[in-house]
Parts: sequence; structure tokens; C-alpha cells
Amino acid sequence: MSVSVDVCDLSISFGSGATAVKVLPGVSFSVRSGECFGLVGESGSGKSTVLRCVSMLTDFWKGEVMIDGRSVRDLPLIERCRTLQMVFQDPYGSLHPRQSVRTVLNEPLVIHKLGDREERMRRAITDVGLPVSFLDRFPHQLSGGQRQRVAIARALILEPSLLLLDEPTSALDVSVQAEILNLLQRLRAERGFTYIMVTHDLAVVDHMCDRFAVMLRGEVTEILPHEAIATNGATHPYARELIGASLEYEGVR
Amino acid sequence: MEKTILDVRNLRIRYGGSPVEAVRGVSFTLGRERLGIVGESGSGKSTVGRAMLRLLPGATITADMLRFEETDLLALSEKEMLKVRGRRMSMILQDPKFSLNPIRRVGDQVAETYLRHFQCSRREAHDKAVAMLEAVKIRDPERVFRQYPHEISGGMGQRVMIAMMLLADPDLVIADEPTSALDVTVRLQVLNILDGLVRDRGIGLIMISHDLNLVRNFCDRVLIMYAGKVVETLKASDLDHAQHPYTQGLLAAQPRIGGTRQPLAVLDRKPEWLEESL
Repeated sequence: MSVSVDVCDLSISFGSGATAVKVLPGVSFSVRSGECFGLVGESGSGKSTVLRCVSMLTDFWKGEVMIDGRSVRDLPLIERCRTLQMVFQDPYGSLHPRQSVRTVLNEPLVIHKLGDREERMRRAITDVGLPVSFLDRFPHQLSGGQRQRVAIARALILEPSLLLLDEPTSALDVSVQAEILNLLQRLRAERGFTYIMVTHDLAVVDHMCDRFAVMLRGEVTEILPHEAIATNGATHPYARELIGASLEYEGVR
Repeated sequence: MEKTILDVRNLRIRYGGSPVEAVRGVSFTLGRERLGIVGESGSGKSTVGRAMLRLLPGATITADMLRFEETDLLALSEKEMLKVRGRRMSMILQDPKFSLNPIRRVGDQVAETYLRHFQCSRREAHDKAVAMLEAVKIRDPERVFRQYPHEISGGMGQRVMIAMMLLADPDLVIADEPTSALDVTVRLQVLNILDGLVRDRGIGLIMISHDLNLVRNFCDRVLIMYAGKVVETLKASDLDHAQHPYTQGLLAAQPRIGGTRQPLAVLDRKPEWLEESL
């Protein structure tokens, strides 16, 4: 139920000719099967771009992304969507305002020609801790936390092995963030998912991830175990600065 | 806390067309200090901040007292209010991307505050603005003065906002989530600049935020709001010894560096919190 991910020399440029901008000069990291791997860095450092490349939402990159030893480019679309799914940052922007939760959850089942739709939808919605009656609600009838749960249910309905989480809680209050983080932890314990999680909050990384990569201007400066945060065990100057700033901000001195 | 800048008693705000009040009887006083207002989204913290500047068209504001220095804010006409806003009391907004005018040069927007409130030449306003940009630690302020908002970074944009709001030397600054759009490293720089200026000039500061770490480090006193009411007032240093279950719940829900990685405590909202008051 879980897969490993190997990203090798992933690079991408936007634009062409003289105005081309190399966003990722060459990113490499590997995520073990069942691991929660964090990507941190300031805005514009290319964290989300990495996720978009791994998920093939952006597909004109160079390099190699291997999922359980198979290149993500060689996976047929249908199989790829069954293997990996993404949860986006903003629960207010990622759900269609005119589609009910049922429509959102039903569509992937239709595309992938899966049976027992009602049963699968009920399971997905209970898995994320919402009552079954919420299937008939529209996004405006849900709070931010509930919307993010629906977004996670949408990602889960195809039973993927790899979840790409793009700042899943940064639009939410701490109290709601706690609920979503607990949910993600519980799902990982139950199903053995592999997570790649983009965030700018090192406290969340320390709470959730096993290892994390610090990115700066498209490059992975350092890959560290989560224990290195509390002690600031980074060696690269930028990683040290980032962790130091977070520690100072938290008031842990 | 020698002199009271702001005295608010039993403030109630109802948005037009809404059957319930967004703010239900908030009272506090502010001296030359840094006051934090924390709460979740929808708790009414920003509404309180905006009510101080009367920036809530269509809303009904009532209070037993809403006094800013010697002025009764509720009695002022809109014309008189214009002399208060930006001059004696100003507000730093959340996101510089949306709060700066995209088609006007940054410096002109900063200088406008000075031109509007003081009798002076354009040259003088320009010099004041450049000096202020320098005070918020912008390197090469002359160049930034001539740039447009899309040409500067988010951290710089927020410093421009701070410069704009402090230029007229107000007595009270309300900062509404001043750094939540910024990265951690930049966030600290901006907060330190704001903190330094507020201390040096003896300005009263109201910091509205959902971030408990921020108010713990950058405020003297903290009000905790829940559903339009203040449930607890604390010294920022005593935040960890909060008495109210809501404050305790918020603190426990926060993941911490070096924490146990056990599932986080989830807020169990009690209906009686809605009714009780301080």
C-alpha cells in the first residue's frame, strides 16, 4: 500500500529563449516507502513546483522521478492517478463552488470505472471524520477545516499510496490545523501512506515528518532528520538561519 | 502604563443585515503598551480593530465608551474622522499585495500621508518619506521610492506599509495580521523593525493575530477573543498559565518543535463559552 519515491536531478525552466528562468536547477532526494518527507523553504524556493512535477501536473521537466522503481512518465494516466494524489493549500479555492461533495467524490469513481460508488463515498467521508449527510452539502455550507477534510477525502477515494500535501494546513486556524494533522497521522498509521509534505512551518515538520529537505532558490541545500530542528543540527548556513528563526519565533531558546 | 490612549467599554458591533452581533460587549484599555488580540477566524478580532478607525460601513457600532485620548470616536463626524485616521491612529493591513495601489509608485503612496496631514511642500514630503523608508531598514530608499508595488518583495512591501503608517507619527497603530503573509525569516525582521519603532516613539500598538507565538514574543498584554467576546486577558509572559479552557485548548492544539509527536489536543468547544463574559 505504500511506495518509495526517488527524485533524481529534477530540473525545470519556465519561459523560453533569453527570458527562460530555471526554477529548479537539479533537485534530488529519495523518500522511503511509508515515510513522511517534508519540503521547507521560503516562498519562491520551488517547493510546490517539485510536487507539481512529481504529480505530472507540470510535465515539461527533465530528470527522473521514480515511484517504486518505475518512472512516473511511464505510468499510464489512470494508474498514475491511482498511485498518487495531491491535496492543495487553499480549501477555499480547491473545491468547485457549484458542485456538492457527492459530485466531487463521484467524479474520480466514474472516470476510473469503479463500482460500489455509494459505499466508497461513504467510506471516504467517514474516514476523514465527517458525517455521511455531508455528502449533499456544497462548499459554502462547510467551514475551512471541513473543506480541507473534503479535499483529503477526494484524494483518498482512489486509494492512492502516495499523498502529495501542498501546505495542507496553512490556511487554517491552529485548532483546526490540529484536527487535520491528527487525521493525516491516523491515516498514515492505518494505511501506511507515503507523504511528501510542503510547508513553511517547522513545528508542523517536527510534529509530522521523519526527514525534511530545506530548499533555497530551487536547490535542496540539506536533508535532515526531524530531530535536527530542536537542536538546530543543520550545517548549511541557510538551513541554520531558517531553523534558528523558527526557534526564535517559537520562543524556544 | 501612565496614560490611557484608548478606553473601550462594552463595544458591540452588528454588521448590516446580520441577526447576531459580531462583537458582543468588548471592553479594554490601552496605554503606551503593546496589546495583542488573538482568536480564531470569525472571532471578531479584526472587526474590533476596524471599529476603532470606523472602517465598517454599514455596520452598527454601539459602546458605553469609545474614547481615543480626549476624543469620543463615536461622536466624530466623518470629516473629523479623516483627521484622526492616518494622522493620530493608523492601521497596518495583512497583505501588502492587496493593500498597496498597484499603479502608483511606492514612494508617492508613502508621501501622501504626510502631504495630506501636514502643510508642506512636495520636496519636504519626499524627504520625510525617504527617511522613513530608511528607518524601516530598506536599503537604497531613493530607488524603492520610485518603484511600483509589483517590483518589490512581500517583506519589503510590508515594511513600506509600516513606513506609511508611522510617517505621520500616530499615537496608536493597529496591526492586523501584519506578518502572516510573510516567510518566517522575513517575519522576524519585520516584527523587530515594527517593535523598535513602536518602542522608540512611545506608540500604543494593537496587534491582531491568530498566532500565539507572535503575541507571546511581541506583546505586553493579550486579549483572547472567542465568538465576539473577550474570554481572558493575560500578561503575554503568563500565556502558558492561561486559566480559560479555550486559551488552554488553543495552546495545546499547537504543534511545537521538540514536542512528543502524540496526536494534538483538539478543542472541545463548550456552548457555555458563548455566554460567559469577563
